[in-house]
Amino acid sequence: MKRTSRRTLVAILMLMLPLCLLLSLVVGPELILPFSTTDSPQAVSNRVIIEQIRLPRALMAAIIGATLAVAGVMMQGLFRNPLADPSLIGVTSGASAGASFVIVVGAGLFGAHELLGVSFVALGAFVGAALSTWLVYRLAATATGTSVATMLLAGIAISALAGALNSFFSFIADNHMLRQISLWQMGSLSSASWQRVIWAGILLGGLLCWFPRYAQALNALLLGESEARHLGIDVDRIKVQIIVLVALVVGIAVSLTGTIAFVGLVTPHMVRLLIGPDHRGLIPCSALAGAILLMLADACSRFLLAPGELPIGVVTAALGAPFFLSLLHRQRAQIVHMGGA
Amino acid sequence: MLTLDHIDLLAGDVPILRGVNLQVAAAEVVVVLGPNGAGKSSLLKVASGELQPDAGRVMFNGHSLGELTPAQKALHMAVLPQQSLLTFPYTVEEVVQLGRTPHDSGRQLDAVIVEQALRATDVHFLHQQTYTHLSGGEKQRVQLARVLAQVWQQEDDWSRLVILDEPTSALDYAHQQLVVHLLRERSQQGCGVLTAMHDLNLAAQCADKLVLMCCGEVRAVGSPDEVLQEDLLQEVFQVRFHRVIHPQSGRPWLVN
Repeated sequence: MKRTSRRTLVAILMLMLPLCLLLSLVVGPELILPFSTTDSPQAVSNRVIIEQIRLPRALMAAIIGATLAVAGVMMQGLFRNPLADPSLIGVTSGASAGASFVIVVGAGLFGAHELLGVSFVALGAFVGAALSTWLVYRLAATATGTSVATMLLAGIAISALAGALNSFFSFIADNHMLRQISLWQMGSLSSASWQRVIWAGILLGGLLCWFPRYAQALNALLLGESEARHLGIDVDRIKVQIIVLVALVVGIAVSLTGTIAFVGLVTPHMVRLLIGPDHRGLIPCSALAGAILLMLADACSRFLLAPGELPIGVVTAALGAPFFLSLLHRQRAQIVHMGGA
Repeated sequence: MLTLDHIDLLAGDVPILRGVNLQVAAAEVVVVLGPNGAGKSSLLKVASGELQPDAGRVMFNGHSLGELTPAQKALHMAVLPQQSLLTFPYTVEEVVQLGRTPHDSGRQLDAVIVEQALRATDVHFLHQQTYTHLSGGEKQRVQLARVLAQVWQQEDDWSRLVILDEPTSALDYAHQQLVVHLLRERSQQGCGVLTAMHDLNLAAQCADKLVLMCCGEVRAVGSPDEVLQEDLLQEVFQVRFHRVIHPQSGRPWLVN
């Protein structure tokens, strides 16, 4: 397939981003056209809906989408596997277990209080994410460096453990808690408030700016770890830094919006198909594409069942899974075509 | 330029290398020979710093290899492993460009070097192709181009070295000859070459110095003429060779 140049794709995505933002302000249970200048009560209430509900929500979708997509790029590069995603190192399952713990056990202790606009459930999710990543990392770290293969296996084991904890909490939960747990796990952007968006913007935006500096190292890492070392990359240090950064941003993202599947897996894939695997283009383009995708998915989730709302995790998975399967199918067809090369 | 001094290497309790000494001078082609499991690859890995020896030391340009940072080392030493693991759809040109990662030599010079390396290994006609779609031999030549591009020209007063683990294993006859000539040419440009090979005649053609290994030890070191002795080869390889002189090159040629 003919590749698009990196610059062209950045330009296209930069153009699409504001359009999608505008779209997600218009679309919802009620279509609200922007720039209405009348002062009727209807127009005033519409303006409030846009300013206080839709805008922070769309911005949150953009920030989280960009974060998950970039985290996916980093993991796929680090594990040299296009099927890797952040949940591999146990972040997501740890966050789920942490959230369930707080929902079931913590409800009695803290009630529904918030700390600086962030609920205790979010804090629990973040602690769970951090804990499980730390465990996975400790299991894979040896004196001679971190083994990526061991890390993969440790990630599976810790994810299973966190899953068991999660099931246990669901088991002892009452009906109301159970609904809360399952809603949290499907992910939602409905809790986006200006306060949370500002938090997310500062933390995630700041951390995301750090990622492009790993582009060259990841490019070399795709050749293999020892090849990267021979190209002058301090592989062991970079591995640790990337894992910590990814755990941090995904932990924050998941604790703010719950688990949102497939964005981190599919976005880097799509971008790679268009511009190739060079991380100097892949990281910024994936960030933009992830932001656009999640804003669109969120708009869908509000529109499809209006006035109700589909959990966004359902939308991303429902859109992502068929896309992913078609991708696999195409890749297989290509391999057969190439005579097994 | 590169000196291995009394190297011992263990895998668990099993000795892989025992008391190995080796010198590679600047602009010298050194070929390591030996049967499977003789320790050729391990020797190359110790020389490249990928494996830490259990005893002995490795000096590179007058410095202990372990004390150099990866970035310092990569400016002067490039390594081609036996197999490539690359499964991402880079173009051939991008793969070779990765060879310039350690250098800060600017896009223009890098492009010139990359093109020269692509032509030298006869893969320039593939430069826009996707690496993962190539044949095994083509991939091997692309990786060779990447490694050569890394040490294509002199950076400072340090000598350069390429370490190649069986660079001709997947190549046809024409390209085996091409690589032999290329290695000779690179060494004339001042780049030392340390390579493992299986083909005795190819080794005899390109080597200044041969290192014959057996069971983790160096059995013989010297010019092709000194090392390629019928009795010695029979002892190491368990095969009877007959030695003649190549009518054109005047170097030893082995027939079995």
